[in-house]
Amino acid sequence: MPNSLTIHRLIERLNSGDVTSRQATEACLNRIQSIDRELNAFIGFDSEEALTQADVADKTRANGGEGALLGVPIAIKDAIAVKDHPLNCASKILGDFVSPYDATVIRKLRNAGAIVFGRVNMDEFAMGSSTENSSHGPSRNPWNIKHIPGGSSGGSAVAVAADECVASLGSDTGGSIRQPAALCGCVGLKPTYGRVSRYGLVAFASSLDQIGPLTKDVRDSATMLQVIAGVDDRDSTSVSEAVPDYSSNLTGDVKGLRIGLPREYQVDGLDSEVKDSVNSAVECLAERGAEIIEISLPHTEYAIATYYIIATAEASANLARFEGVRYGARVNGSDPQEMNSKTRGIGFGEEVKRRIILGTYVLSSGYYDAYYLRAQKVRTLIREDYLKAFEEVDLIASPTTPTPAFKIGEKVDDPLQMYLSDIFTISCNLAGLCGISIPCGFSKHGLPIGLQLQGRPFGEPDLLRCAHTYEQATDWRNKKPKLD
Amino acid sequence: MEYEAVIGLETHVQLKTHTKMWCGCANEYGSEPNTNVCPVCLGLPGALPVPNAEALRKTALTGFLLNCDVPSYAKWDRKNYFYPDNPKNYQLTQLDFPSTVSGCVEFEFGGGVGKVRVNRAHLEEDVGKSFHFSDFSGVDFNRAGVPLLEIVTEPDISSPDMAYEYLNALKSILEYGGVSDCDMEKGQVRCDVNISVRQKGDTELGEKVEIKNMNSFSGVRRAARYEISRQMEVIESGGELVQETRRWDDDAGITDGMRTKEDAHDYRYFPDPDLMPHRPSEEWLAAVREEVVELPLARKRRFMTSFQLPESGAEVLVADARLGDYFEEVSGEGKNPKLVANWVINNLRAKLVETGISIADLKFSSTAIPELVGLVEEGQISSSIAQEIFADMFETGKDPKVIVEEKGLSQMSDSGDLEAFCRDAIEANPGPVDDFRKGKETALNFLKGQVMKASRGKANPQVVGDLLVKILNG
Amino acid sequence: MNVDLSRVVRLARIELTSEEEHRISPQLAAVLRYVEKLKELNVEGVEPTAHAVPLENVLREDELRVSLTQEEALSNAPKTVNGLFVVPKIVE
Ligand SMILES: [Zn+2]
Repeated sequence: MPNSLTIHRLIERLNSGDVTSRQATEACLNRIQSIDRELNAFIGFDSEEALTQADVADKTRANGGEGALLGVPIAIKDAIAVKDHPLNCASKILGDFVSPYDATVIRKLRNAGAIVFGRVNMDEFAMGSSTENSSHGPSRNPWNIKHIPGGSSGGSAVAVAADECVASLGSDTGGSIRQPAALCGCVGLKPTYGRVSRYGLVAFASSLDQIGPLTKDVRDSATMLQVIAGVDDRDSTSVSEAVPDYSSNLTGDVKGLRIGLPREYQVDGLDSEVKDSVNSAVECLAERGAEIIEISLPHTEYAIATYYIIATAEASANLARFEGVRYGARVNGSDPQEMNSKTRGIGFGEEVKRRIILGTYVLSSGYYDAYYLRAQKVRTLIREDYLKAFEEVDLIASPTTPTPAFKIGEKVDDPLQMYLSDIFTISCNLAGLCGISIPCGFSKHGLPIGLQLQGRPFGEPDLLRCAHTYEQATDWRNKKPKLD
Repeated sequence: MEYEAVIGLETHVQLKTHTKMWCGCANEYGSEPNTNVCPVCLGLPGALPVPNAEALRKTALTGFLLNCDVPSYAKWDRKNYFYPDNPKNYQLTQLDFPSTVSGCVEFEFGGGVGKVRVNRAHLEEDVGKSFHFSDFSGVDFNRAGVPLLEIVTEPDISSPDMAYEYLNALKSILEYGGVSDCDMEKGQVRCDVNISVRQKGDTELGEKVEIKNMNSFSGVRRAARYEISRQMEVIESGGELVQETRRWDDDAGITDGMRTKEDAHDYRYFPDPDLMPHRPSEEWLAAVREEVVELPLARKRRFMTSFQLPESGAEVLVADARLGDYFEEVSGEGKNPKLVANWVINNLRAKLVETGISIADLKFSSTAIPELVGLVEEGQISSSIAQEIFADMFETGKDPKVIVEEKGLSQMSDSGDLEAFCRDAIEANPGPVDDFRKGKETALNFLKGQVMKASRGKANPQVVGDLLVKILNG
Repeated sequence: MNVDLSRVVRLARIELTSEEEHRISPQLAAVLRYVEKLKELNVEGVEPTAHAVPLENVLREDELRVSLTQEEALSNAPKTVNGLFVVPKIVE
């Protein structure tokens, strides 16, 4: 079925006339119809509109038109603005909000001919690691529906892994693309901070957020990045660095590539199956000529504390705009203050409230220096650790997560335990690096395990080349969850 | 007991730009509500700010005009507070690294020069405008995101009059520099006043009272006067002053305390992650410096010394900068700048007001007024004819000499031509002639007037007077 | 770790139910205890990092862009009157 194809295979078949974009889109819609009641990956979609886009794409192709994603159905995390479509961030607070504008990445996807269809589930405002914090209810892991799919871009990962779309966009603030990709067995790329415009991504933590693709293989990841990367005059933090040709760099050759293994990543709570799978993956790369070097990232143990201060502080301001004045589900009050407080008290879910409160606290008078300023300084130390390591190595390999997907409900009452599971992914955002998660095995219970590679800022070419080499050397990508 | 007031001002001035601070919406007053808005300035989810280069240039320019330093590093911070007119519920501003610091404003005050130090002039964004109805309020976000410069003085101001003069001086500097139109009616200038009172000779400052959101300079003066006497009364009566924010009620002529919760001012500032710091380069600063103009006080002094203008005239030309520019343009290296100034200040200004025409649309050339002055000086036309010619050239744009030529207005000085007019006048007015002969000198003026009338003003009055005397005595 | 939760929720404008307060209070305390570990580090002389990339002077020229129409601007508003966003009466 076309919905199970990678982007590049689908494009080949669309070009050969084997299949139409309408058929591919219908296949995705049918797939959603048949399995999404169980998986709950989608918050909403407009079949009619999707098929109209598909017909336009088919016509364009028939008229000789081209586009890197011409006719390819892409699902979008419900945190990215799509003009004339609802935008909820899986929160009640946005009510019936409809975006009057397109995010820059959406504009770029459309320019490349993509079918932008469907809003996928997430943790509310991207705050979470399990997609359990969604006003739309939790998404489920396609490999075992009793387990979480990871988060916050859980819907994006589920939709790709379960072939409900061909590829999707997610956002990653502390691992929110890589972690669900690892837990669902697909490829998730967090580009370097500034590589992809954030304009139109509802901000969680502005200095950490980055949009990235979730795909069925590494080549697709390169294709998607190619389309969405680049400087944007609507995002002051996007970088004008030239965008290289990512796909042409997928040579399958890692000879001489130096891969670092951080000593500090041997943490308590690292699952032995995860550890073994990642070790085999590293060996596989070594066999193909990569040089494996032990490195040190001495401030690793401070990353989670640093992250939760910086991210929540930024979030406390970013989410202040949701107060019921200009949009969203207002709860009435006798004065604006009461209206705001009730609207936010009822509209936000508990994790969001927790984080806003924490963020407000660490910025408040008398605490700023002790918490926020100190965290910003430790962030410098963490960043310096990485930049120093990247003098010795080109990439850093590790597990994406310490364990395979845990069960739904297992950690909801212990937010701190949930936060601690982000240990391997968080530093990448703090340091502004690029990172990718690719499948590297399964637990004995059949749950996917992810290998994370991290690269220096704008080091996506090396990152993708290495990930692609490993992927092609194994056949994890060909395993599909049994859902029918 | 003798008291002195210590006053500091925070003046918010909207910058004159085409677009807002972070987005391409028009920076425009008077549009239909919520029409100059976009995802950015409405604070929609996902929108991001990008700074307006022109606002930063105008900020640096203001810095130069106010004798400030423009530091090599400036950054943006979020000031967090909820208010319905504040779209993001944080205001972007510059907390600890503002774009300009440490300057001063000099102005004429109390027969000398007043000087107020400027602590900083930092850039921030304006908020929307609220309208209050009987049972609800409404918000228009057209103003939200308009670049706003906050100019903060040191507590150098010692009286309400000094505050008033400082504000006027600041306004004219900003208008002169093209930084802001400073239109009070449009709310382009708003002021917070900090006032404390202490015993003369004390070095410690008293408890500071802030009067917020004043929108007229005279209001600032009145409020300051009221507040100073209120604070003195409190001290005199043994009461204690508290640091607080008060509001000026212009109708009642009093300030009253505002209800504020104890933690209302925990703004939780932190660096804005969406905006990158600004490091002005030497080239960038040099380009801004090119735009620095002469300040009003300096210009007035120059007008008085270089052109020998009287103070009143110089003041008119400084107060109306365009008129002053025009004066400088037309007087050029002319011989009679003082006379040219008179024409510009009196005749031209009146005509412009009367017709509503702007200087840019004047029909006559920049050499016309000096030429007209020259014709009078050389005795070719009388000053009353000059008035007529001026009206004509204002209307038609013709050169004065052309008008003189066409209308045959040049002065009659030839005694041969004038004699006939004189004899006619003598013949027609036997009464006054008689009076004159009886020694009534003023009768001569009447006869002179008759000759002028008959010559349609062209006769040279000097020559006419001499001729009349000659004929009557002859 | 004692957090004056009522002060913080007032600043954050979030009305909590008492159950929420009881649940969140200890959770918050636990997280704050955890982040105390940053105090182990000597950060003297370390520059704070506010941005993940070292960019500066990112500016736009003062050029007009199309704004939303009033209808678009108000399209998501909970309540409007005469082109204005309506809120409960602001009392100063
Ligand atoms: Zn705007």
